[in-house]
Amino acid sequence: MSSESHPATTSQPTGPQERSQRAAWVVAGNRTPFARSGGQYASASVQELFTAALEGLIARAGLAGERLGAVAGGAVLKQPRSFNLVRESVLGSALDPQTPGIDVQQACATGMETTSLIANKIRCGQIEAGIAGGVDSASDAPIVVGEGLRRVLLQLNRARSTADKLKALSKLRPGDLAPVAPGVNEPRTGLSMGEHQAITTAAWGLTRQAQDEIAEFSHHRLAEAWESGFFDDLVTPFRGVTRDTNLRPDTSMEKLGGLSPVFGTSLDTEPTMTAGNSTPLTDGASAVLIATQEWAAERGLPLLAEVLDFETAAVDFVDGHEGLLMAPAYAAPRLLARNGLTLQDIDLVEIHEAFAATVLAILAAWEDAEFCRDRLGLEQPVGAVDRRRLNVHGSSLAAGHPFAATGTRIVATLAKELKARAVAEDRPVTGLISVCAAGGQGAVALLRAYPGN
Amino acid sequence: MSRSRPDPTATARPGAGPDDAYLGLVSRGPGRKLATSLGLPAPVDLRRHDPTRPLVPGPVLVLSRRSSPGAGPAPGEQDEDAAALARHLVDRGLEVHRHEDEVPSIGAVVLCLTDLETPSDLTGPALELGSVLRKLAPGGRVVAVTRPARGVALGAAANLTDDTLSDTAPEAAGADTGETAKEGEGTQSSRTGAFSGVVRNAARQGAIAFLRSTAQEMRGGVTANGIVVADGVPVTAPSVLGGLDFLLSGRSAFVDGQFLVVGSAEGEAPAAGGEEAAPLDGKVVVVTGAARGIGEQIARLLAAQGARVVPVDVPAAGQALSALANDLTTASLSLDVTAPDAGTRILEHCRSRYGRIDGIVHNAGITRDKMLANMDEARFASVLSVNVEAPLRITEQLLADPAADGLRVVGLASTSGIAGNRGQTNYAASKAGIIGMVAAMAPLLAARGGTANAVAPGFIETEMTARIPLARRQVARRLNSLQQGGLPRDVAEAIAFLLSDAAAGISGQTLRVCGQNMVGA
Repeated sequence: MSSESHPATTSQPTGPQERSQRAAWVVAGNRTPFARSGGQYASASVQELFTAALEGLIARAGLAGERLGAVAGGAVLKQPRSFNLVRESVLGSALDPQTPGIDVQQACATGMETTSLIANKIRCGQIEAGIAGGVDSASDAPIVVGEGLRRVLLQLNRARSTADKLKALSKLRPGDLAPVAPGVNEPRTGLSMGEHQAITTAAWGLTRQAQDEIAEFSHHRLAEAWESGFFDDLVTPFRGVTRDTNLRPDTSMEKLGGLSPVFGTSLDTEPTMTAGNSTPLTDGASAVLIATQEWAAERGLPLLAEVLDFETAAVDFVDGHEGLLMAPAYAAPRLLARNGLTLQDIDLVEIHEAFAATVLAILAAWEDAEFCRDRLGLEQPVGAVDRRRLNVHGSSLAAGHPFAATGTRIVATLAKELKARAVAEDRPVTGLISVCAAGGQGAVALLRAYPGN
Repeated sequence: MSRSRPDPTATARPGAGPDDAYLGLVSRGPGRKLATSLGLPAPVDLRRHDPTRPLVPGPVLVLSRRSSPGAGPAPGEQDEDAAALARHLVDRGLEVHRHEDEVPSIGAVVLCLTDLETPSDLTGPALELGSVLRKLAPGGRVVAVTRPARGVALGAAANLTDDTLSDTAPEAAGADTGETAKEGEGTQSSRTGAFSGVVRNAARQGAIAFLRSTAQEMRGGVTANGIVVADGVPVTAPSVLGGLDFLLSGRSAFVDGQFLVVGSAEGEAPAAGGEEAAPLDGKVVVVTGAARGIGEQIARLLAAQGARVVPVDVPAAGQALSALANDLTTASLSLDVTAPDAGTRILEHCRSRYGRIDGIVHNAGITRDKMLANMDEARFASVLSVNVEAPLRITEQLLADPAADGLRVVGLASTSGIAGNRGQTNYAASKAGIIGMVAAMAPLLAARGGTANAVAPGFIETEMTARIPLARRQVARRLNSLQQGGLPRDVAEAIAFLLSDAAAGISGQTLRVCGQNMVGA
């Protein structure tokens, strides 16, 4: 300490609560085209996919050689050897190898949670810039051995003498040799996600017609976005794939109407959920660059949208009290209330289309006075969403849904669209994202774009 | 753990030769002997730029009309231009001689022909050059410095506007240098002023084809090129000296039988000493079609020379473009050059990222070859759209903004655009369009301190030409004075030169990089 006396300055923070929060901005986004599983990316690992998404983002933003505060990502289906997936991807990228990597997993909301993590690190002043993302490949899913074989192998590993080894092997039964594919069924109910949604679909009385309309709209809007070049600065081709392979620009109500129901066929009600209004297994990766205003300005990067706030909800679906994929219906009203907003203040709404019926069920719940009163504790219903503001460039039914990659796909898409509208309309424009996830969870986020930079 | 990052200039290293088996077989050893004795083409590995090797492979001999035996300088006559060129070469650290008997081996001959007055003035220097050719080292150079003539175009579009070419008024042309004007009067005393211009023009045009024929006789990777200096522009103009450096160096390995036309004394004189390591330092240069092929090599070379490259390619080429951008630690720009707002988006990108734009290389191009009888509208229109309409629209949009003051434009023409090519009516039209574009754009850009030029590649070893059937490919390779295909890097070197400060006095021109392809034009 110098001997000079310093007056107590207000610039010295006395506690964390006195540090002012900084805004975190989405400044760029990138993803691979999404491909139906078992197709063009069948031999690509999740690490290759995530590295590809990073490389495209690094090139677009000119980040080669830069040390970022953190890269957060994750995959739902991940082989044990990929425990450090994100850090390994960073090392294989053009980023400064001194950039840390964090693996995160919250099922289909992984991309939402990584966005929240990076944005919060920035808001807390821990980092200046970071990348949030997610990746999944049902083609690169881990295949595990059955429980019987696993026990035998472990015992064999412990055995010292030949006799002990033979003894261990003698316990092996032919049935133990069958590999076990990864399950996406809910462990506590044994039901697949589709079967869970089918129960919710029936409970809300959602029609086949309404679901197919959502699917048709999604394909047509996504196709228009591709045609107009909207994705030119949001997607980088990978392995020769230049567009989402699940996209069917020419689909129609007639074609969708011809598909047979695949979920809810054992329920008492008429089954309505088909392969056309449900998302297929998909491979792909996505990432967004989030930074402070100063960091972006130094590099001449645009401030697409501010990451305002996040909320995650979870519902008790195990005893059938609530539908598996209904948590966003709970999370969004809490998020809006915390930010002094109503659904009517939202300019653009993105609801992840796990199934067309998921979107419809959430929309119906928000309009339902009884649900809003009994489940959400609200005196007034949350209200209706103007369909012209919903999933304006299509969503997962058309693009596909590589679980962990969906969140950051939507964040990047919405941020770009919000910015374009803010500039065109010369006013701040706010967007809401809703992503449902396994385990009865749901993540929602608020983004806002401004006309200036 | 750190990933080993490739050297961005790796593919631009000397010795990275083409995949030309014949060249490998006959460039040395017994194969060469056999080829020579059978009278087969005997190409050699060209001398390409290598920073560890000298600018030229031996001493430089500077010859002029007045230095030649038997036609030595008349009493009182000066040999100013040749002396000035010699001084520049000495400043470059080169060993310079004025007489061939002084040296056993020669790296380059600089032939100063700026003072030709009658066709017979060529005899002395021509024969002196002939007498030293056997002393030229492999990879040697012949560079002639001449004044322009009216006549058949020098190169593809090596024409000068009337105000830089004054064949009927030599006194006015020499007015800047009083000395020259006086000499002029002396040598023309027996002719009327008007007809002396006719005689001089004949002499000057003669020098062009003299040099082109010389180039065709060279062997061992020796090239012969020229620099045409506009009347009124001194031979010490930056672009003359910069052009001389370029033509002497390995950077011009595949430029043969061509003339650089210097129209003004604009530009920054190259610094004394060795070659500049980063002549494009800090310049923001856009390269379209940069994801692969020649465009990728252009981007890599410009970056290696210090430019901040903006690599542009269609979204579908995004993966290769990203890899390149990350290698060059720059930001990529995915866009289709045919988009109506492509120029505006390029400008916006450069302005937001760098606050400026200094140059653009219109490299993006496609071929849709078909005989005219079988041609359809899609093939014809798409080639025109990508190859010439996009560069026109993009440049127009850039020039609408003050940020484009001083813009250096380089278009990619083709020898097909000069001589035409069977099966390429659409491509040839588009590439000739580029030649026309830069010729007419030059005065527009001159008013704002910029330049517009084109490079016309001949047969270049690329993925595209590798798909030509083997026999046709072998023939195409040999149809030039160097008897081999060029490398993408050779095209990139010419473009880098045209973007440099030293080339600011060269505008509206099309430089062929074709090994003196026999184009039949």
